[in-house]
Amino acid sequence: MTPAEPAPPLIELRGITKTYGRGAAAFQALHGVDLRIEAGDFVAVMGPSGSGKSTVMNVLGCLDVPTQGSYLFKGVPVESLDRNQRALLRRNYLGFVFQGFNLLARTSAQENVELPLLYRGEGRAERHAAARAALASVGLSGWEHHGPAELSGGQQQRVAIARAIVTRPSVLLADEPTGNLDTRTSHEIMDLLTGLNRDMGITVLMVTHEPEMAEYAHRIVHFRDGKVEHDERRGGRT
Amino acid sequence: MLWNTLLLALRSIRRNLLRSFLTVLGIVIGVAAVITMVTLGNGATQAIADQVASLGSNLLIVRPGQRLGPGSASAGAPNFKQADAEAIQSQIGAVRAVAPTVARGMTVVAGARNWSTSVTGSTNAWFDTGNWLLAEGRYFNPAEERGGAAVCVIGETLRRELFGGQSPLGQPIRLKTFSCEVIGLLEAKGQSAFGSDQDDVLVLPLKTMQRRITGKQDITQLRISIKDEAGIDQAKKQVMLLMRERRKIADNEDDNFSVLDTRQITETLSGTTQVMTTLLGAVAAVSLLVGGIGIMNIMLVSVTERTREIGIRLAIGALEREVLLQFLIEAVVLSSMGGLTGVVLATGASIGLAGLMQVPYLFDPGINLLAFAFSAAIGVVFGFFPARRAARLDPIDALRHE
Repeated sequence: MTPAEPAPPLIELRGITKTYGRGAAAFQALHGVDLRIEAGDFVAVMGPSGSGKSTVMNVLGCLDVPTQGSYLFKGVPVESLDRNQRALLRRNYLGFVFQGFNLLARTSAQENVELPLLYRGEGRAERHAAARAALASVGLSGWEHHGPAELSGGQQQRVAIARAIVTRPSVLLADEPTGNLDTRTSHEIMDLLTGLNRDMGITVLMVTHEPEMAEYAHRIVHFRDGKVEHDERRGGRT
Repeated sequence: MLWNTLLLALRSIRRNLLRSFLTVLGIVIGVAAVITMVTLGNGATQAIADQVASLGSNLLIVRPGQRLGPGSASAGAPNFKQADAEAIQSQIGAVRAVAPTVARGMTVVAGARNWSTSVTGSTNAWFDTGNWLLAEGRYFNPAEERGGAAVCVIGETLRRELFGGQSPLGQPIRLKTFSCEVIGLLEAKGQSAFGSDQDDVLVLPLKTMQRRITGKQDITQLRISIKDEAGIDQAKKQVMLLMRERRKIADNEDDNFSVLDTRQITETLSGTTQVMTTLLGAVAAVSLLVGGIGIMNIMLVSVTERTREIGIRLAIGALEREVLLQFLIEAVVLSSMGGLTGVVLATGASIGLAGLMQVPYLFDPGINLLAFAFSAAIGVVFGFFPARRAARLDPIDALRHE
């Protein structure tokens, strides 16, 4: 690439469609989505259920491939990658936070956070140090050896966030991260995500149906019937 | 990478300790059974070899007829004569001693006690050919042998049954119509290779036996000891040639007698034990296979139960191959640990049972290694299908799985 050309956006979706099933039972979840997300942004995806917001998150997270259209991640067309290449992309650039926390049961916080590093083949000492640092950055120093069953919902989500950021990903994808939490804890988690976005420069993509949580984002994309209905840029809450 | 996968597998096994243990129980029992069976079989074979060796390693036994084994049927085949024994002794240089023997089962009486025993008539050469030693008293003297005196030498079992704690020397034992005086007691030998009690024996001079009990000059067995063990095959051939000549067997006729050497007896008997060992080992191996199916079953359940976990791993960026390897290694580690436990268990069981069965405990590294390797191989074979299933899961479906 020549210096005159502007760097490609971190994420670019062009005319993405997604159809599940085939024939009469076919269901089209996405009807041509175009979306550009720049590095360092904090984007909330909103929309009623069935609007396609989860589908678009799966596509963005490289867990699913679009039926048509093109998805460029750092300029690389994701639809041309095979299953293992997409896994490597997730491993190296993406972090996931889920509504249901999805920690490994009967496994300590430390071991949960070390998991992505294990797959990256990092040494024991590095794993240890990185996991402790990540746990510290979500405010869970001293909780390293507690299992999920011994942690509150908010704490479990913090562990999940620590696991997502321990590899210093470019993008953090959060699917309803506050869906299972009470209001006060939800705000704590949102503050944490805001901090990660601001201090570590991690791009945050978050699906939520709570307007209150979406307010933390700098940009809110509204989905309806498999299309972007409204794209709103705002100051974000700090 | 491999090390990390191993670490993951160990963590996963540790997280489900009880289930892991129950899963490998089949392998543990299978491996333990195979090793124990084979080890005990080897011990039994060794025990037989030892007992046959106690007969004397340089022994030839000549019997009428062709059938091998105890209670040899000698229908039609004539017995031997005293002259046969003398001919062997004088014509074959390698022979150290020949014991012409007649034996018969009888009830003997001493005082108020009686006991059914094997009464053998032979010469002093019998003690020599059978490696017998005296515990007390003496063997026959030449006059007693020549004259057919009413004297006898008895085994330890007979002493115990007839005389209890007392010394038998000088005591009379009644056999049917006559009494003999005990002049010697033999040292105990224990069970024979055929399972009979060798110490349950009463030995009379041959003449006494022939005159007072059988009433015939016939001899039913010739026990020949050879001077040099290395010459046993040569001596055996010479004995066979001599006997064919003496029994006037034509060149186109089969022998109507058989010559056994101890090695042959050992081979025949250990052959039987080895067949039994192989058979029992095979039965035990089937249980090992069943154990393997148990592993596959539990691994499949484990994959279903851990679908969500697999989803998390895939989302985090685990490759298909890494998930496959994780579950495969988990299965192999599980079954190998089972195999190892089985080896330890088998060692304990073999030592205990060998003591109980009075056979020597022989550690066989081959079967231990084989059973362990087989258990690991079972992990690979039966772990592969569940592992592949796990690796091919769709991450989105897996994450949604409840």
